Amino acid sequence: MNLSTLNPGQTAVLVIALYLGALIALGLLSQLVLRLTVADYFLASRGLGSVMLLMSLIGTTMTAFALIGSSGESWESGIVTYGKMASWSGIIHAAMYFLIGMKLWAFGKKYGYVTQIQFFRDRFESDKLGLLLFPILVALLVPYILMGIISSGNSIQTVTAGAFPDYFKDTTGSIPYWLGALVTCVVVLYYISAGGVRGTAWVNALQTMIFLVLGVAMCWTIAEKLGGPTAATAMVVEHNPTRLKRDVSPEDARHYDEKLAQWKADPKKAVIKPREPHAASKMEFTTYLFIPLSVAMFPHLFQYWLTARSAKKFKMSIIGQPLLIMVIWAPCVMIGIWATSAIYNGQPVIPPEFAEPNKVLPMMVRKLASPVMGAFLAAGIFAAVMSSMDAMFLALGSMFANDIAGHYIGRDRFSDRQLVWIGRVFIILVVAVSYFLALQWRQSRVFNLGVWCFTGFASLFPVLFASIYWRRATKAGAYASILAAAATWFFLFRDAGYGASGEPVRWGLTPVTFVFTASTLALILVSLITRPPSAATIQKFFGASQHAR
Amino acid sequence: MKRLVIALLTLLAILHQDFWYWDSIDPLVFGFVPIGLAYHIGVSIAAGILWALAVHYCWPRDVDVPDEFTTPSAPLHPERQG
Repeated sequence: MNLSTLNPGQTAVLVIALYLGALIALGLLSQLVLRLTVADYFLASRGLGSVMLLMSLIGTTMTAFALIGSSGESWESGIVTYGKMASWSGIIHAAMYFLIGMKLWAFGKKYGYVTQIQFFRDRFESDKLGLLLFPILVALLVPYILMGIISSGNSIQTVTAGAFPDYFKDTTGSIPYWLGALVTCVVVLYYISAGGVRGTAWVNALQTMIFLVLGVAMCWTIAEKLGGPTAATAMVVEHNPTRLKRDVSPEDARHYDEKLAQWKADPKKAVIKPREPHAASKMEFTTYLFIPLSVAMFPHLFQYWLTARSAKKFKMSIIGQPLLIMVIWAPCVMIGIWATSAIYNGQPVIPPEFAEPNKVLPMMVRKLASPVMGAFLAAGIFAAVMSSMDAMFLALGSMFANDIAGHYIGRDRFSDRQLVWIGRVFIILVVAVSYFLALQWRQSRVFNLGVWCFTGFASLFPVLFASIYWRRATKAGAYASILAAAATWFFLFRDAGYGASGEPVRWGLTPVTFVFTASTLALILVSLITRPPSAATIQKFFGASQHAR
Repeated sequence: MKRLVIALLTLLAILHQDFWYWDSIDPLVFGFVPIGLAYHIGVSIAAGILWALAVHYCWPRDVDVPDEFTTPSAPLHPERQG
């Protein structure tokens, strides 16, 4: 095959096909070492080493938002994006692994837990707590999964533009959205079905490597095309200086008015239409610290934590998390900022009336990098999408097999092989439902819902933290906290038009602040006035060598 | 040392609120990274270093579970495994 004869769309199809082929090959390889037991399929026999654990955790926590969303958000809001999300996450994620992850790993290994719900049932001495948590966790995961499917379908259609004009006339030659989303779902389904969590970890290691390298490579290529990074930033200083800071001074406002007047008078001469300045709220900036607490409650992260061979295997993940988040986010934030003012061959790279932040990065790459780089960007987006989606599917399968089927029908009525198959069938059902929802809601506000998912998970954090570090936390306190979180979350969510207006800020505070506070207060107050856990439970989770109060 | 590391991590969380660079672009670090962003990249690097110190000096002694204290999540009826 002569690569030079391929058009950009066909090059993208080729790169994507090779990439997906590599994932299938890894799935096949992992199948060779898979034993069909619950411990092996869902926990890789608790045998992952430091590097695989680090790569899996990074792959799982960094979604498409880390590439696409970060650049789009920086294009909209400027450098505040990094401080709000990346540097907070670096500090908090590592803290979660250190304070929560290792403890849960130890309890999981000691008492044979496979899912979060098993731990909560045991710690709070309540069977029905599982029935309350299961639908909440599933409901919070589904929009997160939808984000992944929608991103991959849209990305494939965008980067394969003009590939097969004879076959896909409706999309002017692009692989249509429905087909791109379907292929993504089938490939993920294949490798998680074939290799379980071990196969997923292998694939995630590859995927994490790809998007780590990709962000830096894209940033370098784009900067070179704009005359170097200094020239690229100089254009922003000239046209949109407020994207390089977080405040808007009267001088900035005057500068904006002047630039806008120049653009209106002669758009060709001005080239760049200035973007309206926004001052960031200091209070909102602070309250973003609550959002990364959500990772502690992700069912899929809990599952990865349990796969570690020993507690020592967490060390690399704890140290590496802030650094790798930086390597992924910083280049994408720079690209987003440069996009506000980028001029190439005398033309603006992003058109003046452009209003789709999620397409800023693909557009910068398409206009300033080679078709091959564009194709690798698509592969990087898949890497980010799939490495989160696969873990979520597996966690859902594990929760259904262990917490519902195994728990209520009877663990002793199923062999391990049967439980694994129950998990697989449930995963197929979830993928099918998610796929059809993604077809219906392609243009919907699913990305807004994503932030609400994080808020929901973060609001369950107090229960988790107290279950490990506060022996006085009671069953009634746990119920009260979960119900208070659900009620506050739903009230604010409904008030925000069911996510239509994103996450509206009240008194400078993000919704997560209110939900988190309600959940914490309910937990503390109700725990203090209700009967403490039994001595056996206290002994089990806070034994003689542990001094949590 | 343990207390110092915990204090430094707390200090880092406080220093994350860099209100003093809220309205600054300059200096541009390496000629292209605005100071507000460079500062937060520095926060990420400092977090990596401090967590390395935490792992070294604050590692809990009783966190590892020897295999003999493990409850297997294996089937209750191993003979039915297939």
